[in-house]
Amino acid sequence: MTIVPIIKRDYITKLGEQGKRIDGRSFDQYRNIEIETNVVNKAEGSARVKIGNTQVLCGIKMDIGEPFPDTPITGVMSTAAEFIPLASPDFESGPPREDAIELARVVDRGVRESQVIQLEKLCITPGEKVWLVFIDIHILDYDGNLFDAASLAALAALLTTKVPVSRFLKELNENDRNSWQQKLLDLYTIPGVDEVPFGASDTKNNLQAINDFPLPMIEPPISCTAVKINDFVFFDPCFDEEVIADARLTVATDHKGDIRAMQKGLSGSFTRDEIQKVIKGALDNGQEIRKTLNQSIGK
Amino acid sequence: MKSDIELINSEGRRNDGRGPHDLRKIKIEAGVLHRADGSCSLEWGGNKVLAAVYGPREAVPRHVQNPLRAIVQARYNMAAFSVEDRKRPGPDRRSVEISKVISEALEKVILIEQFPRASIDVNIEVLDAEAGTRCAGLTAAGVALVDAGIPMRDIPVACAAGKIGGKVVLDLGKEEDNFGDADLPIAISPRTGEVLLLQMDGHLTVDEFNEAFDLAVKGCQTVSEIQKKAIMQKYQSAAAEVQE
Repeated sequence: MTIVPIIKRDYITKLGEQGKRIDGRSFDQYRNIEIETNVVNKAEGSARVKIGNTQVLCGIKMDIGEPFPDTPITGVMSTAAEFIPLASPDFESGPPREDAIELARVVDRGVRESQVIQLEKLCITPGEKVWLVFIDIHILDYDGNLFDAASLAALAALLTTKVPVSRFLKELNENDRNSWQQKLLDLYTIPGVDEVPFGASDTKNNLQAINDFPLPMIEPPISCTAVKINDFVFFDPCFDEEVIADARLTVATDHKGDIRAMQKGLSGSFTRDEIQKVIKGALDNGQEIRKTLNQSIGK
Repeated sequence: MKSDIELINSEGRRNDGRGPHDLRKIKIEAGVLHRADGSCSLEWGGNKVLAAVYGPREAVPRHVQNPLRAIVQARYNMAAFSVEDRKRPGPDRRSVEISKVISEALEKVILIEQFPRASIDVNIEVLDAEAGTRCAGLTAAGVALVDAGIPMRDIPVACAAGKIGGKVVLDLGKEEDNFGDADLPIAISPRTGEVLLLQMDGHLTVDEFNEAFDLAVKGCQTVSEIQKKAIMQKYQSAAAEVQE
């Protein structure tokens, strides 16, 4: 550790003893959160999330491809994060380093394990063709707490994603179309779809008129992160706090108040009481963030 | 393919409603990022780019240092979701080439001799792409460099002209770039008119080239005014904040 963070650590812990933080927040208070959706025209869905000075952009692209052999009837999702050198003087270009990979995997897990995207509704022809969902996370400005910013951006982007059926029509043969149509008619109704894609009266001509439809999603869990510095637990760490943090804990909670994912990071440790504290803070802040998220997607 | 699509009608109206000498809509904002020393967000038609400048700082690794001057390392990068079919993240041959020509264009206007052994890093992120991203990127880089307080001879600016349906026009859009006859992106130093970047692909007669070149220079001058306004805007709002 270089000298500057050591001085800052002194300052931050001294403030902590007086119950204060460097930017004047209380211990469990988040910075201001802004979510802007549909910011990239070329993407199927996109969102820019600001938490204080931290800015993350997430774009969703979709394609048609082969499913994995062990899951022939589910769509495929993959998540990648780029720590581009634009965002911080310490980020370098080149293949993603371990911190970018950890971030991408934590976001991926949050989305995948909680089954936010109903991947089984994204199968076109079993074993042959399914929708692929690519979640790409771009860090634009790094001022701490990328975990929360990135997962929130991914969720907001996914919730506003339209499956680009009309763009891929020519890639589907008669068999695919029938299978896709059958699937939608028999098994599922997707909220927000006025007409079922590939309706019964399909002809080559009116295929062009088929609507794209929203990605089938369920209510997502919201993740909240806190760090521990000495004996203090700070929610939503800014960059200065994150750099000197001993330990980090991310807790994702759903709308029912249950815990859906956790990830502890860094070399410090938490006590049982501290973990309880973080869970409580994650539930309280999670509710507020959920409201912001729902507002941003017009719900 | 070329003859299939009418890009410009007999009255000189283009598909997006522009006349032959009209630019797409441009919006520039300076100082949009917190960590960067200087930054700029720029929208140019359907293009959305973000530029951030770091430095002058020590150039690493050591062997890239120049004892007599700073090096300028521009890095042009496209987001995976910025194009119709997802682009694999990371540099490809196209972005490496664009990074190189932009670096060289910027070196000409920056007072690099003031910062021996240093590096001035210019990161250009294309978030949304719709033809003309290198011009948008270089124009954004110019504003970000000013925002970072890097001493320069001039604020570099770029704009393209081209030929569609046999006519020379300013600032090609997506379809015009794909199905047009020629594309001529240039960057200039607007005070002196020196050309910092010039590329061309397609087919132009010498007369058409001259016409397109003059048109592109005119476009650059227009964009340059928008750049200056964005920079003034930033300092005016900063001044207003101080007064409060």
